[in-house]
Amino acid sequence: MSSLALNLPRWRPLWQGLSDRGLLLFALALAVPTLLLPLGTLVEHAFFDDSGRWVGFARFLGYLADPALQRSLRNSLWVSTVSTLISVTLAFLAAYSVSRTLLPGRGLLRLVLFLPLMAPSLMPGLALVYWFGEQGLAKGLLFGAELYGPVGIVIGSVFWTLPLAFLILSTAFANADGRLFEAARVLGASPFRVFRTVTLPSVRYGLIGSAVVVFTQVFTDFGVPKVIGGQYNVLPTDIYKQVIGQHNFGMGSAISLVLILPALLSFAVDRWSASKQSAALGARATRYTPPPDRLRDGLAGVYALLLSAAVLAVMGMAVYASLVSYWPYNLTLTLDNYRFESVPGTGWRAFRNSLELAFHTACFGTVLVFLFAYFTEKGRKGVLLRNAFRLFAMLPLAIPGLVLGLGYVFYFNAPGNPLNVLYGGMSLLVICTVVHFYSVVHMTAATAINQLDREFEAANAMLGAPAWRLLRKVTLPVCLPAILDIWFYLFVNGIRTVSAVIFLYATDTTLASVASLNLDDSGETAEACAMAVLIVLACLLVRLLHWLVSKFLLARLQHWRHS
Amino acid sequence: MFIKHRPHLALAAVALSLLAACGKKSAEEAAPAVAEKTSLVVYTAFEPEQLPAFKQAFEAANPNIGIDWVRDSTGVITARLLAEKDNPRADAVWGLAASSLLLLDNYKLLEAYAPQGVEKLDPRFVDSHTPPLWTAADAYEAAICVNTEELKKKNLPMPASWADLTKPVYKGYVVMPNPNSSGTGFLAVAGWLQMMGEDKAWEYMNALDANIARYTHSGSKPCKEVATGEVPVGISLGYTGVKQKAKGAPVEIVFASEGLGWDMEAQAIIAGTKKPEAVRKLMDFAVSETANKLYNQAYPMIGIPALAQPVSGYPADIASKYAKNDFAWVAGNRERVLAEWQKRYSSKTEPKT
Repeated sequence: MSSLALNLPRWRPLWQGLSDRGLLLFALALAVPTLLLPLGTLVEHAFFDDSGRWVGFARFLGYLADPALQRSLRNSLWVSTVSTLISVTLAFLAAYSVSRTLLPGRGLLRLVLFLPLMAPSLMPGLALVYWFGEQGLAKGLLFGAELYGPVGIVIGSVFWTLPLAFLILSTAFANADGRLFEAARVLGASPFRVFRTVTLPSVRYGLIGSAVVVFTQVFTDFGVPKVIGGQYNVLPTDIYKQVIGQHNFGMGSAISLVLILPALLSFAVDRWSASKQSAALGARATRYTPPPDRLRDGLAGVYALLLSAAVLAVMGMAVYASLVSYWPYNLTLTLDNYRFESVPGTGWRAFRNSLELAFHTACFGTVLVFLFAYFTEKGRKGVLLRNAFRLFAMLPLAIPGLVLGLGYVFYFNAPGNPLNVLYGGMSLLVICTVVHFYSVVHMTAATAINQLDREFEAANAMLGAPAWRLLRKVTLPVCLPAILDIWFYLFVNGIRTVSAVIFLYATDTTLASVASLNLDDSGETAEACAMAVLIVLACLLVRLLHWLVSKFLLARLQHWRHS
Repeated sequence: MFIKHRPHLALAAVALSLLAACGKKSAEEAAPAVAEKTSLVVYTAFEPEQLPAFKQAFEAANPNIGIDWVRDSTGVITARLLAEKDNPRADAVWGLAASSLLLLDNYKLLEAYAPQGVEKLDPRFVDSHTPPLWTAADAYEAAICVNTEELKKKNLPMPASWADLTKPVYKGYVVMPNPNSSGTGFLAVAGWLQMMGEDKAWEYMNALDANIARYTHSGSKPCKEVATGEVPVGISLGYTGVKQKAKGAPVEIVFASEGLGWDMEAQAIIAGTKKPEAVRKLMDFAVSETANKLYNQAYPMIGIPALAQPVSGYPADIASKYAKNDFAWVAGNRERVLAEWQKRYSSKTEPKT
């Protein structure tokens, strides 16, 4: 190997610099048709009227002047802030319990916390109504508060954002340098001091990152408020009203552009926190094994049980809902809802399409995300390019799926666009889904990659080895758990996505998630729930396969964790 | 060796070619597989369970033409047709609200055609242009869903009219769709405005608003919530109520005595279709007796009144309850009415008890 490297000493830096830039340019080039131009069509709709006349900021000013809509903005900020505080706190404690305690059954907690991710949005909405609604079994727990409104939105949002926060935070917790804990112990630091001076700083990037993600996701989500928000108006439901209710794309686009502001803010926060982050895992790091501590492990155990019980209660209720004849008046158990008589023939086809979409999304997405994240974080050249791509990577977070889908129709269906052959096909669904869920996985990959010290790169360069060797020998193995999580995250999102693809599917690409939503809309609630349960079961099955593959891969590549 | 030193470029090339392959694959899929059989892309908002029978009946009558459905809710399908207007993908719509078709006509998206047998239709089911831009299949209406169990528990009287819903006993017990989100909500509002006259109708809605527990974003939701006992009274689609009742929910559907706001499920050719012959066959079929009998399985009010049989769950005199409905007026005043509604009722956000 080294002889190879010695053969061309003069060329290497040049090639490496070029290929860093080359890949970044390629990434940016991909972002142009898949993100920027579709968004551009929205800008066009926001600033021009139907006949193409410039209306400037009239729509924005009109929107901001309306007192009802100002209230939507305040409502959005309020529920997003509260949901973020709750969700990140719960996820932080869960990630800590999984990574830094000797809690038995940690893998099980991880699995349970991924469940909300597998559940199509209709499940938590329905389960919350069945638990806390007028006929709900646990109505008393709300102490008379109305479910339909901010309370329901916060509970629903915490439920579905919990896995996101947990994904990022558990990645941040995963790689710790044992030497620091050892040093703290030798110096006699109290557990609290260790937590404050060693644990917290090492996960700060993950903590801020997860807060940014959860806040932005709740701020832009219309699924939960639409189902359970009653008439509590938030910005995304305003967009829904404009686009689906009134077909006013201009106004819908204008409100969407308002939603992008928090994404730009998130980008700034993310950059700022990244600049404060130092790599946790130095080249000389040793593996950290937490010492036994009965009090800590006991508390973690109680917490894990409570949290799992809450998640399972929601999921369990949804499963129950799919098995009863007619809730709440005829609670006889039946499997009739699983026969999908209202959608003869199309149910299973849709299911196959969904699996195909999810699988392709996961495979393409993981490769692209990891490569792009690696070169934006570890490349040495092209600071400007790297920051530009980082900004692009954060953008999809702030775009409601409905709006992204609309942009895709405008752009990919345009008569003169050569890319319009993709329209209606599976590949466009895959592209749209990857872009839609790009931000969170990019941040997860970046969190994992950033924990590796730059010394690795320096040493690698000094040895004259090409960058890909470092990638293969060090970066990939260390980041493997995160990569596997990313794959699964993309897979489940591909299978349950609705909002972005609702404008893009065609006859032979109908999706199970959309079918389930439509069943609910036409009053077949139990059948809709049954289809959602099948989606969860498919995800669990894939999770099992995923676990087996992970185990095999980790056993082969993770020796370093044990040595 | 060359590749080894530029692995990123190689990876980039691989990724690019994969994407390209993907694109190519879908292009091949888009090409017609069997040349002799014409496939029509039909956008619809018919209930999903109705689609197989419609498709089967049409394809039996026209063995060389197939239907490829794209089905979603009225709001989504209309939004999609408007978003695609520069390069329409649908050959036809079948089972979309007539009011949505009027909206599409603003952008000249419909192609006029008088289907064979159009003369047998109720004149209200045919667009006023010659030849007509659209014809209609069946009509649906806004009705009141009532949960009899919850009514008993809460000791509430059974409402019989729209006016009843403003009585103080129903305070906090009524749910209706927000007309800004849902076509059904707008249907009810447009009905009141035309029946009562503008001033009276807004007064009515003020009084109703005092009793509303919440406005929903979906037209079928109020009746579904009534069916599961979340709320005792809901303004919703009659069809949803009838269906929930058939499934065993303790639900009664009240067709208000003052009259009902209504709309139609209609069909039209999308301008620029490349299959004009086949799509006209579809329009002919959509007004045929066979098709009307199929519509009649779910809806009592159909295009050919002579064929209409009573439908279980609906009163026999339902047709007489339909209020006067001027579609041109509705289309022309839609934006103004929605803005007024938004101003009056949308800023109330605190949940009422």
